[in-house]
Amino acid sequence: MMQTDAWTVVTILGLAVVTVITRSFFFLSSKPWTLPAWAQRGLHYAPIAALAAVIVPEIVMTQGALISTWKDARVFAALAGAAWFFWRRSVLGTIVAGMAVYLPLHVGLHW
Amino acid sequence: MKLLKEPLWRHPEFRQGVRDMAPIAAGTAAWGLMTGVAMVKSGLSVFECVLMTVVVFAGSSQLAAVPLIVAGAPMWVILATAACVNLRFVVFSAHLRPYMMHQPLWRRMAGGYFTTDLSYVMFTARHPHPVAPDDLPTLRAREASLAGNCAVTWIAWVVPSLLGIAMANAVPLHWGLGFAGILALLGITLSLASSRLRLISAGVAGAAAVAAFALPLKLNIIVGIAAAVAVCLMLEKPGKPGASLPKTGGAA
Repeated sequence: MMQTDAWTVVTILGLAVVTVITRSFFFLSSKPWTLPAWAQRGLHYAPIAALAAVIVPEIVMTQGALISTWKDARVFAALAGAAWFFWRRSVLGTIVAGMAVYLPLHVGLHW
Repeated sequence: MKLLKEPLWRHPEFRQGVRDMAPIAAGTAAWGLMTGVAMVKSGLSVFECVLMTVVVFAGSSQLAAVPLIVAGAPMWVILATAACVNLRFVVFSAHLRPYMMHQPLWRRMAGGYFTTDLSYVMFTARHPHPVAPDDLPTLRAREASLAGNCAVTWIAWVVPSLLGIAMANAVPLHWGLGFAGILALLGITLSLASSRLRLISAGVAGAAAVAAFALPLKLNIIVGIAAAVAVCLMLEKPGKPGASLPKTGGAA
């Protein structure tokens, strides 16, 4: 079992401070201030962009490169999940359908 | 004073926030479980893993920081890495500011701290239109709604993470259960794709994030967001600001 050391504990507390500061960055100052109009419109596209930027590399890349084989469980699982979503509009169903495809291919066939 | 008012969790909007978030709790939970397992297997002590789960509350920055901690990197490098991985939250905080500024500083900071990606996305999808700064009852309702989102996410993240830490040697990482978290994010992404421009935003962000993947510190995510927002602003119909503002994607 690993030993706990004080330096690591302080680092972890620092990471918590980073979480607080980044997540409340624009609330810290109470000076009256509004975003310019173009930025407000731009924010309508930011949430979906952030999600796509997180998930697309997780689905189509391995170790920093685009996958070069179709034998990848993640691609089939994502397609199954998306198909379920368009059929039933359910996020929980997307997870369940996706994992139902992912686990047999990944654990069973090592894709 | 706020303290004399009805607590947030008794507000009807809190329940709405919980209902919005509940369907994706399973994905959050699977992801939290695997993060707990991964932290222990990387070589942190159990106490360090528990502390990190409870106080850091940010999966991607935890997973980025753990290998650096284990490798003995300087503290400022670890904190700077986490800050870069968290840069997207700075963008989100600009968006959430109008919903927060009527509160005292410590409550604004607490509100920011508990608002993860999923809570932000769910909240802004449910409430796309800004509230007048003097409309305190509506602002209070928004607070309750966001608190409902955050409560589900906190429980669905922390409890499975602790389970993962406890059972680290019983759950093999190679099962890849963490992929359920990606599928949860996929479902949310699709539920947000309610207009042509938003679809374009997702496509541009995904492609840019893949193209810029070689950047350190997950900066490819910031590149993806910036590219997508820039492209969509250019594609909006000129002269009709707001004409192409999408309607809400609605909750899942």
